[in-house]
Amino acid sequence: MTVFAPAVRKNKLGFLGTLWKYRFYYWLALPGLIYFLVFQYGPMAGILMAFKDFSPLEGYRGIITGDWVGLANFERFCNSYYFWNIMGNTLAISGLKILYGFPAPIILALLLNEVRSLHFKKTVQTISYMPHFLSMVVVMGILRKLFSADTGYVNYFIKLMGGEEITFLADERYFRGILVGSTVWQTVGWGSIIYLAAITGIDPALYEAATIDGANRLQQVFHVTIPSIANVVVIMLILRMGQILNAGFEQIFLLYSPAVYSVADIIDTYVYREGLISMNYEYATAVGLFKSVVAVILVLGTNIIARRLGQEGIW
Amino acid sequence: MTAMKIKTSRSYKVFNACNIIFLLLLSLSFLLPMITVVSGSIVGQQERLERGAVILIPHTIDLSGYRILLSKGSAIYPAYRNTLFLITVGTFLNLMVTSMMAYTLSKKFLPGRTAMITTVFITMLFGGGLVPTYLLVNALGLIDSLWALILPSLVSAWNMLIMRNFFYSIPESLEESALLDGATPFSVFLKIILPLSKPVLATIGMFYAVGHWNAWFPGVIYINSTDKLPVQNIMRNMIALYSAADINPEAMNDERYLYNPPIESLQMATIVVGTLPILVIYPFVQKYFVKGIMIGSIKG
Repeated sequence: MTVFAPAVRKNKLGFLGTLWKYRFYYWLALPGLIYFLVFQYGPMAGILMAFKDFSPLEGYRGIITGDWVGLANFERFCNSYYFWNIMGNTLAISGLKILYGFPAPIILALLLNEVRSLHFKKTVQTISYMPHFLSMVVVMGILRKLFSADTGYVNYFIKLMGGEEITFLADERYFRGILVGSTVWQTVGWGSIIYLAAITGIDPALYEAATIDGANRLQQVFHVTIPSIANVVVIMLILRMGQILNAGFEQIFLLYSPAVYSVADIIDTYVYREGLISMNYEYATAVGLFKSVVAVILVLGTNIIARRLGQEGIW
Repeated sequence: MTAMKIKTSRSYKVFNACNIIFLLLLSLSFLLPMITVVSGSIVGQQERLERGAVILIPHTIDLSGYRILLSKGSAIYPAYRNTLFLITVGTFLNLMVTSMMAYTLSKKFLPGRTAMITTVFITMLFGGGLVPTYLLVNALGLIDSLWALILPSLVSAWNMLIMRNFFYSIPESLEESALLDGATPFSVFLKIILPLSKPVLATIGMFYAVGHWNAWFPGVIYINSTDKLPVQNIMRNMIALYSAADINPEAMNDERYLYNPPIESLQMATIVVGTLPILVIYPFVQKYFVKGIMIGSIKG
C-alpha cells in the first residue's frame, strides 16, 4: 500500500499544481520550446502552401487565405520536364559520392592503423581533418583556382603539355567528377575517425591468436581487422543511404552554372531557384515537401534496418 | 620457417614504405591547395604575367592584395565585425538556450518530458523546408538583420541531445542536497550543473562557433545590405561574383591598381584572411570535435 502512496499524492496535484511544483524546470525549457515551436513548427505549418494557390503578395498570411488546389502543384512537378532531370542528377551525384566517398575513409583508417610511428600517424590525422574545418566558400575558391579556364592550375599544365584549354566548371563531362573529388577530399580524413575508433576497440587477443596461427600483418588486416569493423561499416553505409537525397546543396549551389544544369541541377537547387528566385512559393514548397517525405521514409527505413541488424541506429 | 618469416617481414616492409609514401602524398594534397592560396596572395601582377598561373614560391613578395583588403574603407572590417557578433552573441545564446532545455529534458521525473522530447525529435526527421522558413523569417521582420542569422538555427536538436546525455551522467546526489537546503533548480543549474559541464559546453560551443564562422547560405537569402554580410559572404562575392573591386573602391582608385588591378592576389588574400583564424585554432580544437563525434555515437 505504501508503495502506491506517492503516485496518489502526485495525481492530487492536478495540472496546474504540477506546473507550479516543477515551474523552475519548465521555465528553463521555455526559450528552447518557443524556438522549436516558432522556427521549426512554424515553417511546417507553411507546408500547407504546397496544397494552395498562393499569392506572394499575401506574405505568410496567404498560407491561411489561399484557395485549396489539392495536389495540383505535385502533379505539375511530376509531369514537368525537370522532374526526371533533377531526380536523376540527385541520385547520380549522391550515388557517385557514396561509391567513392564511402570506402575512402575506411581505406584511410586501415592504412593509418598500419603506421607504427604514433607521431607520424597523429600528424597525418590532424592534417587530414583540416578540410573538414574549411567552409564550402573556401573550398569553392580553391576549386576555382585549380580548375578555372584561363588562370587555373590544371589548365596551366594541360597547355604546358600542348593540350587544349578545358572549361572544367562549365563542362558537363567534368562537373560531377569535380563535385565527387572535392567531397572525397573534404570528408575522407574526418570520416576515418569513426573507423579508427572501431579498430582501436578490437580485442588485441584476436591479433595474438592470428599471429600464433602464422598470419602475417596483411593477413591480419583481412582476417581480423576488416571482419571486426564490418558491422560498423554496414551500419554507416545503411545510415548513409538514408541521406541519399542530400546530394550536397551548398557545394553545387556555389559551383554550378546554367551550362551544367543538365548534370548538376538537384532537388535542392531547383527548389531554391523556383522558390526564392522565381518566387513560385507554393510550387517550390511542394517540391521540397516531396523530397522531405521521401527522405523521412528513407531515414526511418534505414534506421529500422540498422536496428534489425542488432545495432543502435541514430536513435 | 625462418626463411618464410624474413620473406613476410620484407614484403611487409615494402608495404610499410609504400603506405608511408602514400600517406605523405595524401597529406600534401590536403596542404598544397592552402599553400597555393597563400602564395597566390603574395604574388605581384608583374610576376604573374611573366611566370604564368602556377607560382608556388614567389620571387618577390607583393602585398598589394592585402594592402587593398586591409586599408581603410574595406568591406572586410564590417564583415569581421558581423562575424564576431555572430560568434560571440550567437554562440552564447545557442549555448544558453540549448543547455537550459537539455537540463530540463534530463530530469526523468518531470511530467511532460516525453512530450517535449518528441517535439524536438520530430524536427530531426522533418522540417518545413527552405521556402516556408524564408517566408516565416520574412513575416517576423528579420530580413536584413543579423538576428536572421542567429534565431532560425538557435538550437540544434542533435547538440541538445548530446548535452542531455552528459547531464544524465552527473550524480543526482549532488543536486539533492542543494535542493533540500532550499536552493531553486535555477541556482542548482547555474552553480552546480554548469560548472561541472565545462567539457561538454566547450565541445558544443565549438560546434556552434565553427558553424557560425562557416555559415554563408543564410547570409545569401536573408541579408540585403553589404555592410551586414558576414566574412564568408564577402569572400563568396569576391570569388564567385567577380566583384573584387567592390571590396574597397577607395583603395582600388589608387593609380598603382587602377589599370592593372591585382584581382587574383586580392581574392587569395581574402581567402587567407577569412580562413586564417580557423586554420590557427583547428589543431587545438579538433580533439573537442572528435570527442563530440564519440559522445554522439554512444547514445543514452
